[in-house]
Amino acid sequence: MDRHSPPALDVRGLRKSFDARAAVAGLDLQVRAGEFYMLLGPNGAGKTTTLRMVSGLLQPDQGAISIFGVDARLDQVGAKRIVGWVSDEPMIYDKLTPSEYLAFVAGLWGVEQTVAEARARELTDLLGLGKVAHARCESFSKGMRQKVALAGALVHEPRLIILDEPLTGLDAGSARLVKNVLTERVRAGATVIMTTHILEIAERMADRIGVIAGGRLIAQGTLGELRARIGSGDTPLEELFLAIVEKDSAAA
Amino acid sequence: MSMPGTTAWFAAHELRLTWRETFAMLTGGKPERLRKVAAGVLIFIAVMHVVAYFAVGRLADAGLDHDLRTLIAVMAGVLLSGTAVLSQAMESVTRTFYTRSDLELILSSPVQAHRLFAVRIAAIALGVSAMALLFLGPFINVLAWLGGVRWLGAYGVIVAVALTATALAVALTVAMFQTIGPKRTRLIAQIAAAVIGGLFVIGLQIAALFSTGTMSRLAFLQSDTMVALAPAMDSILWWPARGALGDVSAMLAVVASSVVLFVLTTALYAPRFAQFVLAASSVSRGHEVAGRARAFRVATTGGTLRRKERVLIMRDPWLISQSLMQLLYLLPPALMLWHSFGSAGGAEIVLVPVLIMSAGQLAGALGWLAICGEDAPDLVMTAPVAPGQLLRAKIEAVMQCIGVVFLPFVIAIAALSPNAAAIAACGIAASAGSATAIQFWFRSQAKRNQFRRRHTSSRIATLSEAFVSIAWAGTGALAVAGNPIGIVTGVIAVGIVLTVRSFAPATR
Repeated sequence: MDRHSPPALDVRGLRKSFDARAAVAGLDLQVRAGEFYMLLGPNGAGKTTTLRMVSGLLQPDQGAISIFGVDARLDQVGAKRIVGWVSDEPMIYDKLTPSEYLAFVAGLWGVEQTVAEARARELTDLLGLGKVAHARCESFSKGMRQKVALAGALVHEPRLIILDEPLTGLDAGSARLVKNVLTERVRAGATVIMTTHILEIAERMADRIGVIAGGRLIAQGTLGELRARIGSGDTPLEELFLAIVEKDSAAA
Repeated sequence: MSMPGTTAWFAAHELRLTWRETFAMLTGGKPERLRKVAAGVLIFIAVMHVVAYFAVGRLADAGLDHDLRTLIAVMAGVLLSGTAVLSQAMESVTRTFYTRSDLELILSSPVQAHRLFAVRIAAIALGVSAMALLFLGPFINVLAWLGGVRWLGAYGVIVAVALTATALAVALTVAMFQTIGPKRTRLIAQIAAAVIGGLFVIGLQIAALFSTGTMSRLAFLQSDTMVALAPAMDSILWWPARGALGDVSAMLAVVASSVVLFVLTTALYAPRFAQFVLAASSVSRGHEVAGRARAFRVATTGGTLRRKERVLIMRDPWLISQSLMQLLYLLPPALMLWHSFGSAGGAEIVLVPVLIMSAGQLAGALGWLAICGEDAPDLVMTAPVAPGQLLRAKIEAVMQCIGVVFLPFVIAIAALSPNAAAIAACGIAASAGSATAIQFWFRSQAKRNQFRRRHTSSRIATLSEAFVSIAWAGTGALAVAGNPIGIVTGVIAVGIVLTVRSFAPATR
């Protein structure tokens, strides 16, 4: 990776309040291009709010968001062009088939017909949706819907993939499939930012981990760096995470 | 406090849920609005009484020594309310089958589920009775005030109609379930519920058109043909009408019969509801079926959005039934057009406003679906598409649908009168445009399956949508008639639109 290339995500002084309650309180966060970044935090820490602001789903009250050097607040369309978003609650159209859904997404992102068709076929096969590519999504299980949503987020080959707890409710096989697809994307040069409460996954997959609490980033680094800061060489992430959050809460 | 699992306990549970749901629906989840809502309901009831006074006040003297024409007119009113109530009851019964909500909890518990279903069938009867009484009560009160307390017997007839309609709705839906299966029942019952609601009125209009040459239902009901075809005055078929006119024994007989029918139906079907619910639930959660492969087509951004809206509209059974309803209401004017073609003049004065009004209503429904009813808001909002382009594409999709539905009528009118066709086209565009604009100004994100509750999100939007359609329809009729007052109604229509615009939420 070119050391002079802009970071995949550069967030400065981000703030967002709901009814005078600060959900994100001056967050600074940098994610390098090509890394698998896990964002952890207790419930209500501000993870989802942060990612929704980065994805253009929420308007920040204050702060700057830059995605690969594109100012996401000034050039929203330009930023959205290079981002793929998957939420924990897969929102797809019940009355469309996966194939139609992917054609729709490709149309929104302006992907050329032949390229989109090839990618859609590749993704449906990769995610085990080939047999149901022409069945309406209304009868799909949550896992299948999540896979359709993921395929939609990937069909335009975003440089930054943002996933908010994408493994919630997935069976072991589907979860592994999703993890493999994401790891492959990172190997191919994409950047992934993902939130999860399953710390074993973060431990195994993340290049770097960020911990959010009270709307601020309270710790960041590789697993080794976090261990060096708190704990020892073999401290599991679960214990590290709890210690970091507890320490921050005590300091507050 | 009743014992858990008993019918009384289920009834209390249902009552609590229904009250909270109704309260939330009326107040929009804001308890501080309760006073305003109560005032609104009282004003509505008062206005309905005024409307009733002018509509039926002169009929208050219709005596018990009624002639056949009076019986026919009253019976038509009973049947009219009956079809509306049946439509509402069918819709409620279908919802009971297909809405899982708490049913999984109850069916997996060790209680006797048939008690809950009996309570739910009773709740449906209560709900449709309440709705019918809300709208018809003022008419009865006015008649009782002007013509004597005997008219209060009509309340009994309405309750009887509601009980009978609920029993019929249960029996019809169950029959569909058993003959065509749970999957098709959902679609057919939704369409049937919508169609039944308007069938009686439309049937009367068509019959009137072919017998009297006009669409006046009253003229048809009072015609010699109708009197000749009607049963003899001593037939028991007139009991509901006699009951409504103050014949106490006829009213009691009708009420008693409906109670017996309702109790029998409930006793027969409530125990089997659990199996129907399970069958319905297997429709929603059944295995995905590989469909027919369609060409993978990627269009331009606008084209993609328009196609998505069109496909979703075409694949939505509820919406199809609603659209079908709109089209069904167009049937009488269409027949009138055909009837009048080349011979009678003046048909366009009736046709043009009906078309304009229907266009406004249909555009309002489609506009809500396209603008507010978005099932994947995150996807659309994260797409690299300017918000204006998104909205434009959605509005274009609505207008295309309106064009497809109404263009044939405009072309047909053009053969009668090019001037009327031009007025119809302008009126349809204005009415559809106004309704869509109102949906746009008052848009709030929702799921498509919340379509039936779209009217509760903004009362201003709902009322103004109806008023502006009426104003444009009036303008169209007056313009076709060459009446200059059309300018005034046109200004009123524009005034409504501009006023509504000023009420629209500021932050978008």
